Amino acid sequence: MNQDLLTTFTEILVEDFDIPAEEIAPEATFEALGLDSLDVVDLTLAVEERVGIKLEDEELEDVRTVGDAVNAADAKNVERQSEPAGSEA
Amino acid sequence: MRTLPRIVVTGLGAVTPAGRGVTDAWEGVLAGKAAAALDPALSDAGTPVTLACRVPEYDPDAELGRGTKRRLDRYTQLALLAAAEALADAGLVTPADGEPYGQGLDEDVRDRVGLLLGSGIGGAETWDSEYPNYLERGPARTSPLFIPKMLSNTAAGTIAIRSGARGPNMTVNTACAAGASAIHVARDLLRSGQADVMVAGGVEAGITGLSVSAFAQMGALTRNADPVTASRPFDAERDGFVMGEGAGIVVLEREEDARARSAEIFAYVTGAGASADAHHATAPPEDGAGAVLAMQRALADAEVDPAAIGHVNAHGTSTPLNDAAEARALRVVYGDAIDGVAVSSTKGVTGHLLGAAGAVEAVFAVQALRTGLVPPTAGTRTVDPAIDLDVVTDAPREAPVEAVMSNSFGFGGQNASLVFTR
Repeated sequence: MNQDLLTTFTEILVEDFDIPAEEIAPEATFEALGLDSLDVVDLTLAVEERVGIKLEDEELEDVRTVGDAVNAADAKNVERQSEPAGSEA
Repeated sequence: MRTLPRIVVTGLGAVTPAGRGVTDAWEGVLAGKAAAALDPALSDAGTPVTLACRVPEYDPDAELGRGTKRRLDRYTQLALLAAAEALADAGLVTPADGEPYGQGLDEDVRDRVGLLLGSGIGGAETWDSEYPNYLERGPARTSPLFIPKMLSNTAAGTIAIRSGARGPNMTVNTACAAGASAIHVARDLLRSGQADVMVAGGVEAGITGLSVSAFAQMGALTRNADPVTASRPFDAERDGFVMGEGAGIVVLEREEDARARSAEIFAYVTGAGASADAHHATAPPEDGAGAVLAMQRALADAEVDPAAIGHVNAHGTSTPLNDAAEARALRVVYGDAIDGVAVSSTKGVTGHLLGAAGAVEAVFAVQALRTGLVPPTAGTRTVDPAIDLDVVTDAPREAPVEAVMSNSFGFGGQNASLVFTR
């Protein structure tokens, strides 16, 4: 698992969502952390602001845990970095 | 004709600039100390008026649970705090540490407890913060929480979620009369038997750069920068209101139900009247004709003579137009009997709480009945010679009144008047 992204998710959940750090782990479900579907979309906006990776609705369909979200964001990040140079110009 | 059931007040809640909780708020109002202060957020925004009346600081996440600050607009937070206080006061919920609703209402009463709130604006802070975000960062970064935070019915819905109340749940808007209108409608739902308990009141948290700028552009806000005399209802030199925020809640039930469960009865909601000016978007007619109708209807509904009313908690916003029109209207409705009525406007302390004003002032009206004290009109030094009323200034007046009228008039020319009796 991408530890940098896990740290980013954890920081946002602690700072913006007021969730105690000890409750946050890759296997923790968003439901258990008290986040509903609107909160998860809100979380993805905060992640995008920090690291520029935006998970879309369809990419969140199978996301249940913090680890799921980190992996989905990581997959998107790898995809983006493998695009031909200049595609973001 | 079928006799209508008598409706009683069995719980009170108040979150106001004069104090948090009914006891502190009432003491603050009796002390006559204006709550107006320079508002740092408004100074930073560069608004033309920077005085406002805020409720004392609190930590939403600590008092109302994790995520509250992020998920709920300030107006919903204030309503949650006031409603929890009122429900606990009525003995219907038992607060626990960090959860003011405790386990919520008992399961067997939930279907029969309803909510009726008034709010003029709804989630003003959410509008103010999210629209720039939309413009700067684009549609794809718009917060998914914007709609549920901003909707003006969210406060009533959220109180239901927290308390478990599954009875009728509505929000009414008559602008600055909304809190009183909510109590009126809730009273009628109880009379018609559609609920056994109604949690009713008003809430507003509209002290934002946009709202304050717009009210200032209308000429509605005072330009007086002295916090002590900025809000001075009925004063000769009054020149506008001071923005306030807060929430007021009353718990209402039919008298027989309250007695059956041995609830303490604070007062009777004896009369309620509503009317429209049918005149102008924001200004009252000079003769206060719409206000006259609302007051006459409230008195007729209460089946009491004007002479029975000992105290009027006036709308008294401290604007030149409102206070003059309200004074004329009172003279028309009461005739010479108005000379024996102690009139005050608690907005001298709290500022104008807009959609919460009518409800917070209903709480103060009930407190006046319970304590035998009429609060002073803070800020007022010289009553306008054109205003021929016995305005209570300087200090509380001991007056064991039997009946109190509370007036509220909203933009749109929408008027509400309530009568409470001991």
